[in-house]
Amino acid sequence: MAHLLLRHRDIPGLNNIEVYKQNGGFRALEKAVTTMQPKQVMEEVKASGLRGRGGAGFPTGIKWSFLPDTIWPHYVVCNADESEPGTFKDREIMEGNPYQFLEGVALACYAVGATEGYIYIRGEYYPIAKQIEACIAEMEKQGYLGDKLFGTATSIRLKTHLGAGAYICGEETALLESLEGKRGQPRLRPPFPAVVGLYGKPTVINNVETLTNLPFIVEHGAPAFREFGTEKSPGVKIFSLSGNVERPGNYELPLGTTFRELIFTHGGGIPNGRKLRAIMPAGASSSIIRVDETNFDKVMDTPMDYENVQSVGSLLGSASVIVIDDSHTMDWVIKKTIDFFQHESCGKCTPCRDGNYWMKHLTTRIHAGKASAADVKLLDSVAAQVYGKCLCALGDFSTMAVRSAIERFPEDFAKVTGKS
Amino acid sequence: MLAEKYPREIQAIFAKYPVKRSAVMPLLYLAQREEGYIKKESMQEIADMLELDVTEVAAIVGFYTMYHDEKAGKYRMQVCTDLPCALRGADLFLESLCENLGIRVGETTPDGLITLEEVKCLGGCHRAPLFQIQESDTVTFHENMTVEKTMELVEALRKTVNT
Ligand code: FES
Repeated sequence: MAHLLLRHRDIPGLNNIEVYKQNGGFRALEKAVTTMQPKQVMEEVKASGLRGRGGAGFPTGIKWSFLPDTIWPHYVVCNADESEPGTFKDREIMEGNPYQFLEGVALACYAVGATEGYIYIRGEYYPIAKQIEACIAEMEKQGYLGDKLFGTATSIRLKTHLGAGAYICGEETALLESLEGKRGQPRLRPPFPAVVGLYGKPTVINNVETLTNLPFIVEHGAPAFREFGTEKSPGVKIFSLSGNVERPGNYELPLGTTFRELIFTHGGGIPNGRKLRAIMPAGASSSIIRVDETNFDKVMDTPMDYENVQSVGSLLGSASVIVIDDSHTMDWVIKKTIDFFQHESCGKCTPCRDGNYWMKHLTTRIHAGKASAADVKLLDSVAAQVYGKCLCALGDFSTMAVRSAIERFPEDFAKVTGKS
Repeated sequence: MLAEKYPREIQAIFAKYPVKRSAVMPLLYLAQREEGYIKKESMQEIADMLELDVTEVAAIVGFYTMYHDEKAGKYRMQVCTDLPCALRGADLFLESLCENLGIRVGETTPDGLITLEEVKCLGGCHRAPLFQIQESDTVTFHENMTVEKTMELVEALRKTVNT
């Protein structure tokens, strides 16, 4: 099947504007700006059922419709702060297919009546940000961005903003704070960014992959988009596959593709004659799925979409599938995830800041074999007390791997605490 | 003074945003260009430009990991040891880099060339082991690395600095 998002894999040189134009580039933008009302674009995206690809899976068109028509200007902000451990899809889109992505940002601007869009790119992606800036300049030169687009009164300008290393800035209100020149700490909601967003104005925040879907939807229509994926999770998704697999990488597949197809058919299975032991489908923020003889087929045949991954005790999130083989134990895995969250907690909410500090001590001690069964209980209880008590999802995310590991892999903890 | 050295760039940065304060992050990168870290004087100058208190600017420097307020080696070699990379041997890779460079994580080689750092996911998990090199206000990726390839790179960097 030809790619819809990773089209550069089928068409070499697609990050050149001429090649992009020869392959249907900017047709959707021209169609929207010259023949459609902004509301029609919004309706088409609603009808497509496109859901946010950043992790939460919220329907994009509905998110747009929350912007009030009585307060102006509106802003579009693209979240290109890809930082979830195990996620590297937005990067490939921006490197390989930057114009389709930028056309998507422009379409979102048009749909919500924004004349300015900001693309917030994580600082580590400095070379990619430079390329995106060059692409924006090229589009301005050729009249695909700027004033009087396609001879109409529409103006759209895009600008990049470079982050500087903070996972929390992927959280949308923290991202806005950062863009406003403050420390990236989440805001209290409500008000939601759709009403009080960037510089206090109504703001749409969408992920790179989400926006890159828009040119297809606008050009070919919602029904064509719905030919891929499932009823509730339409379209394709880029799965970032990492960890203990033969062929790690990005795989663009219809939503609802099974774990088996991703890990074994595309990923080539587990190397070195090892066995699959655990899967984290949403990066470091996942509840860990245990895989053993009792449930191997059930897990493998589970379709990866926003609903079904829940049936095996986890979430799809950003579809950053981390595969773990049987040479690893979960006391080590959660030490790694807590190292990450403790480092990235922004420090605003006490349960997350202090909870992660304590979880770091406990996971380090447990992994070192210097803990007792009571410490494992304590760790679980600290995690339980962090959960649901913070302004943003980072606090919750930090507890997912910890609690599921303790519950689903008791033998790993019995071993390190000397109880087996 | 940044204002004397980079007048055009500063103007372009301010033109990007309707609110002055948003310029703080790009200005901090500019301040980091010269020596790879942000001096007290630069923080003060940026604070003055944006009508902020210098402690507010310092708080931003402290919040983001890619801003530095202390001098380090010319190249900051930042190795990812987050979970997906660690599953593919990143911890061992870092350990043998330490041995080969003769320094521990956080330290700088005696000639001031390399500071070795351990960082979180860089978005290249499928190409582990990997690191990025942060130098002045730029970043470069180095993926699918081995210790041998890394040491060759270090030698090449050493030569460019010495000539
Ligand atoms: S975990 Fe190392 S780059 Fe993602």
